[in-house]
Amino acid sequence: MRSTLMSMLLVMSMILAACGGAAPAPTAPPAAQPEAPAQPEAPASGAVGVTPTDLTGISSEITDLPAVFNAEAARQYAGTTLRFYGDAIGLGSDMDKAMAAKFSEETGINVVVLPRPQDATEFYAQIQRFFQAQSTETDVFMMDVIWPGAFATHLYDVSDIFAAEAKLHYPNIVENNTVDGKLTALPWFGDFGMLFYRTDLLQEYGYNAPPTTWDELEEIAKTVQEGERAKGNPNFVGFVWQGAAYEGLTCNLLEWFYSQDAGTFLQDGTVTINNPQAVAALERAAGWVGSISPKGVVSYREEDARNVFQGGNAMFMRNWPYAYSAADTDDSPIKDKFDVAPLPVTAPGQPAGTVGGWQLAISNYSQNKGAAVEFVRYATSPQMQKWRALVGTFVPTIPIVSEDEEVIEAMPFLRNLSPVVRVTRPSRETGELYNEASTIIFQSANEALLGSTSAADALARAEQQLQRLIR
Amino acid sequence: MSQRVATTSAPPSTGKRTLTLAQSQSRFAWILLIPTIVVVLMVGLFPLAQTFYFSLTDARLASNRPVNFVGLENYLYLLQDQQFFRTVGNTVFFTVVTVGFEFVLGLLIALVINSNFRGRGLMRTAILIPWAIPTVVSAQMWKWMYHDIYGVINDLLVNQFGIFNQNVAFLATNTTVSLFAIAAVDIWKTTPFVALLLLAGLQVIPSDVYEAADVDGANKLQQFFAITLPLLMPAILVTLIFRTLDSLRVFDVFYVMLGNRRDTQTMAIYAQQSLVNFSDLGYGSTISIAIFLIIALFVVVYVTFLKIEEA
Repeated sequence: MRSTLMSMLLVMSMILAACGGAAPAPTAPPAAQPEAPAQPEAPASGAVGVTPTDLTGISSEITDLPAVFNAEAARQYAGTTLRFYGDAIGLGSDMDKAMAAKFSEETGINVVVLPRPQDATEFYAQIQRFFQAQSTETDVFMMDVIWPGAFATHLYDVSDIFAAEAKLHYPNIVENNTVDGKLTALPWFGDFGMLFYRTDLLQEYGYNAPPTTWDELEEIAKTVQEGERAKGNPNFVGFVWQGAAYEGLTCNLLEWFYSQDAGTFLQDGTVTINNPQAVAALERAAGWVGSISPKGVVSYREEDARNVFQGGNAMFMRNWPYAYSAADTDDSPIKDKFDVAPLPVTAPGQPAGTVGGWQLAISNYSQNKGAAVEFVRYATSPQMQKWRALVGTFVPTIPIVSEDEEVIEAMPFLRNLSPVVRVTRPSRETGELYNEASTIIFQSANEALLGSTSAADALARAEQQLQRLIR
Repeated sequence: MSQRVATTSAPPSTGKRTLTLAQSQSRFAWILLIPTIVVVLMVGLFPLAQTFYFSLTDARLASNRPVNFVGLENYLYLLQDQQFFRTVGNTVFFTVVTVGFEFVLGLLIALVINSNFRGRGLMRTAILIPWAIPTVVSAQMWKWMYHDIYGVINDLLVNQFGIFNQNVAFLATNTTVSLFAIAAVDIWKTTPFVALLLLAGLQVIPSDVYEAADVDGANKLQQFFAITLPLLMPAILVTLIFRTLDSLRVFDVFYVMLGNRRDTQTMAIYAQQSLVNFSDLGYGSTISIAIFLIIALFVVVYVTFLKIEEA
């Protein structure tokens, strides 16, 4: 009897173990962040449809939101309830709740803000389950810039509804959100990669300006690193970035490639990841590891890099705009000693920043699409984006907002970064296979950075795997 | 109790089939077991069967593509999937290292805290702290400690004790160093748990056996191998099986500390990658079934070699 019980226990634990193996907790890649390209069709002041483009008199107080300009149209849906997956923590969450309350108050539409899983991968998995079940439980949700291709068939087509509003945003992001001619979401806020540098050290070592080419960056990084180490900080490094095997490395790699004329991994359905410039770019990066970058950089994510830079231990850092506000706080050792610039290039490449960020999308299974449309129209409007920029330093996706003087004052880096080409990852071309494609890319790059394989071999292998994948 | 059962279950025969005492007791036992069996079938067998079914298809999550039955195609692919075998190798290596160290260290700690000393209760509680911290939290904590620029471990090794000349990138040097660094975190975290399980086993060993051994003149070492170890065998077995199964499906420490690096993937990360990241339900289920079989193999080995029936 005892052994029977024992074997039952064993069977149970085996089954549980198998289930654990089958469905482990998903974990997360970095938040991707959106932003936009140059040459917007700047609309004259006035309004687009019902959406006002007048940016005067927007408050920087969280309690003082822009008026709900479309309240009248929205009131026909009064009494319905919208479920909105917004930010779960911090200021973003408070702002979402304030926005929902304001919208509810003026329209009679009840907006419930549900906290999203903070980890983007986990959030992805959750949305995926909603769609799998064709759930009506969610109406509006935040969507990472790399998801439109995967979710397009489950999203409400807003091509006609937001045709006018879409023209306000940076065209690259709108294009990113358009899958097979169908606009799936409006951009909400976005980021892009940029180069952080120490202004005090730059001056001290006799340089007048931040580097514009990768060669210059290497030279400055080397000089400053040697100098600072000689002065007694053996941990000082020249350049930190994100080299761990995760989505962030795909973002870094895309910037290295684009800025050195090596393409964007995939173009027009063809795998272009393996070309001489790409091999050179990856070799260059692998050469940084252990010289101007610490060896550990191949395990760094955003926060690892920021902690090194903000602790005063690095000359340069590649990161997202969030690091600017973080390093600019009063208890930061480098407050007022850093600035940002576009990431360097190797001619004939152009300065690039990988687009990250979040869109607002409406589920095809929502039963309140009319109300959801009005809510998204309000949430992504220029006035709202300016309020979000001033209150929470969320980077706008609308050029007229990015160029607004008050916004630039709140986010001075926007001025320096106007020449940056905002490059999008090939998520639209790969659709539901994007995660797989990106995993192939970052795992291969990570191996080359670790030195376990050469850059040429890593890219050749990635090319082969990508070709098999998108075939 | 048994008397009452006996009288009620043995009424004079009226032509119907009568039950002996043993039969009626066994039937009663089955009735009591039915709820448990139903629950086990529901939470255990049903998902397993469903996973097996998916492993024979090319299903994708949240996809509009029709699902096709592909027979054993996924399994044939798995057999030539070198990356899968690498993950099996990593996982087994990790399991052997961690379970080995945890068992030896856990046994030593259990023997120490089983003896009488002041503050024993406090000690027993205190050692559980690493085990009480959620793995994701402790993994992130260790990731910071391992950091090659501001990590405390490098500070100790280089600046305080001067063991190394320069900082070591524990998580980025090569596969072996990374795997050992991760194993150390798991050993730190789980040894207290092992110690606690073994302590429970030690406490049920009656003290008169040791007194008899003293009288017979056995020294402490002889007592340990002749008395403690054999009598502790049931507890050791449960501990080893628990820890082995746990280690074989390790996920969180690796994922937090190393991300999705190809050379350090574990079986569970590989399955999660297929199922969740790639939405590839078909192949992901195939991997899960393979993990199930590998874990089953370990259990069979334990049961065979350690003679669980006799324990």
